[in-house]
Amino acid sequence: MGNTMTEQTQATDPKKTVPSQKDDNSSAIIRVEGMNKWYGDFHVLKNLNLNVRQGERIVICGPSGSGKSTFIRCINRLEEHQQGRIIVDNIELTDDIRHIDTVRREVGMVFQHFNLFPHLTVLENCCLSPIWVRKVPRREAEATAMEYLERVRIPEQASKFPGQLSGGQQQRVAIARALCMKPKIMLFDEPTSALDPEMIKEVLDVMIELAGSGMTMICVTHEMGFAKTVADRVIFMDSGEIVEEAPPHEFFTNPREPRTQKFLEQILQH
Amino acid sequence: MAEPMLKPPKIAISPVDWMRRNLFSSWYNSLLTIVVGYLVVTSVGPVFSWLFFEATFLGTDSSDCTGTGACWLFISQRLNFFIYGFYPDEFQWRVNIMFGLLAVCFVPQFIEGFPWRKWFGLFGLTGLPVVGYFLVPGGSFGLEAVESSKWGGLMLTLILAYIGIIASLPIGIVLALGRRSEMPIIRGICVVFIEVWRAVPLITVLFMASVMLPLFLPDGMNFEKLMRALIGITLWQSAYMAEVIRGGLQAIPRGQYEAADALGLGYWKKTGLIILPQALKMVIPGIVNTFISLFKDTTLVLIIGLFDILGTVQSTITDPAWQNVAIEGYVFVAFCFWVFCFGISRYSQNLERKLDTGHKT
Ligand SMILES: Nc1ncnc2c1ncn2[C@@H]1O[C@H](COP(=O)(O)OP(=O)(O)OP(=O)(O)O)[C@@H](O)[C@H]1O
Ligand SMILES: [Mg+2]
Repeated sequence: MGNTMTEQTQATDPKKTVPSQKDDNSSAIIRVEGMNKWYGDFHVLKNLNLNVRQGERIVICGPSGSGKSTFIRCINRLEEHQQGRIIVDNIELTDDIRHIDTVRREVGMVFQHFNLFPHLTVLENCCLSPIWVRKVPRREAEATAMEYLERVRIPEQASKFPGQLSGGQQQRVAIARALCMKPKIMLFDEPTSALDPEMIKEVLDVMIELAGSGMTMICVTHEMGFAKTVADRVIFMDSGEIVEEAPPHEFFTNPREPRTQKFLEQILQH
Repeated sequence: MAEPMLKPPKIAISPVDWMRRNLFSSWYNSLLTIVVGYLVVTSVGPVFSWLFFEATFLGTDSSDCTGTGACWLFISQRLNFFIYGFYPDEFQWRVNIMFGLLAVCFVPQFIEGFPWRKWFGLFGLTGLPVVGYFLVPGGSFGLEAVESSKWGGLMLTLILAYIGIIASLPIGIVLALGRRSEMPIIRGICVVFIEVWRAVPLITVLFMASVMLPLFLPDGMNFEKLMRALIGITLWQSAYMAEVIRGGLQAIPRGQYEAADALGLGYWKKTGLIILPQALKMVIPGIVNTFISLFKDTTLVLIIGLFDILGTVQSTITDPAWQNVAIEGYVFVAFCFWVFCFGISRYSQNLERKLDTGHKT
């Protein structure tokens, strides 16, 4: 797995400066085409188009209620879309449950509120779905889990329950849990916004390291420092639309759209 | 870091201090203490002397009961009837094996660190009813058949309660899940089932089961009365159980479902590994509460002519050979029920403590 990833990142590096990837449809691991979603009469997501290449790191930002969470939750079908197409790893997301399960196996997700399973230990949290979904033998699953817990720097907490950990530790367990499924894609929905400031760094460090390993990542976050260091592209959403899409240095120094400019002014004031 | 071994301070209170703080902290607390103390002393004394000091324990029949206290002879002389009903003496060893197995399975549950106690418990829930199914009625493996009309006493109470409890839990789980299903037909069936059974008093259910059911069943298909009562009790109980469990299901945060979905666990794995374990743990007090009330409700089978422990005692009280033993009889029944219900309650508290993983959200 590691080898192909590094090749991919190297191969895609030169393209970093090209803002539009529309010409490169075939190698995209996530393709969103003309996607629309409504909650009742409320049009949450409006005609979204996005292609994500393997190994690409995307940061999505935008004001509260703009549909960022809804959008990334559509990618592993925690939410249904009503129009357009979403193709993940060459599988189109439809009502077919088998397709949904296959896609979910390849897409890891980290939530704002961690959502660890409180009745299971940290190690059990990590092993559960490799054992039950991927049918990995228990011993092997535990070895893998310990490996990932080491990577997120909390192997010593393996036998504790989530309720006994700090928020930052819990979020790192959640990342390890998602990684244990060896996903091709990782989705992060504001992973640090429920954390105290001193814990944000420990989670971001883990995410930066993960980005360095060539994982395809989509992060909804307001951590602009993180966006600057690791993102290949920053996407700005407002009221259900993708307003602007640019590499970070361009996005932060030279935003084109007035709405983006206003948003950046607001959050950079802090 | 300088003093990592600092221990929490020990709090030592002398008995006098304790009394001053808890019993005589103000004038009205002192007054209450004295009044309540007086009542306890004056009432506990007579009760104890009736129960033990003045009571008759030895002898053979009612003429030996000469003291002013309780006549426990009545219980000891008729104990066989109270425990086995009309179950023939020569086959009572079969029932005794069941009592023994019941103890072997569940006593270890109260002993911390007993080896394989999980397996004992599991056998109690699954293997025990199977063994009982062959052993108690007989009729196979060369065991002589004993009709269920001869069963009675404590044994019958335990059978009714035990089967009712362990059968209603899984049915209740299925109903609760069904009521939350996204499929309208399944949800509809479960809602109707629950609402119908829950709205009917148990006494009516038993009556219907014993009198009306035979009229509806096709010819040649007929269960014994006990079987019919058991089915009635189980279905009635599972409607209650379903609602208790649904309460637990509803308390599980949405994030748990989403996390399980995101990991690719399908419906059954998500439900079995993530949702149910948490939901059931949360409603242990409610489940135990329904168990205990079912245990006591089994006495209602009296009205369809089954003699549970209360029935056997009550029918003996009217026996001319024994006079004025009603109180002793009822105290005995109450004591038996209390022992079992208290046992269930203690066990559930144990379980709750053990399953507590310190998660607070
Ligand atoms: N289940 C739902 N039913 C109806 N409306 C919803 C539902 N979930 C979200 N919405 C609405 O959809 C819009 C987008 O919500 P979403 O959670 O995607 O926003 P967001 O960009 O993630 O915001 P935040 O930064 O606050 O997390 C909001 O206006 C919200 O009120
Ligand atoms: Mg959100």
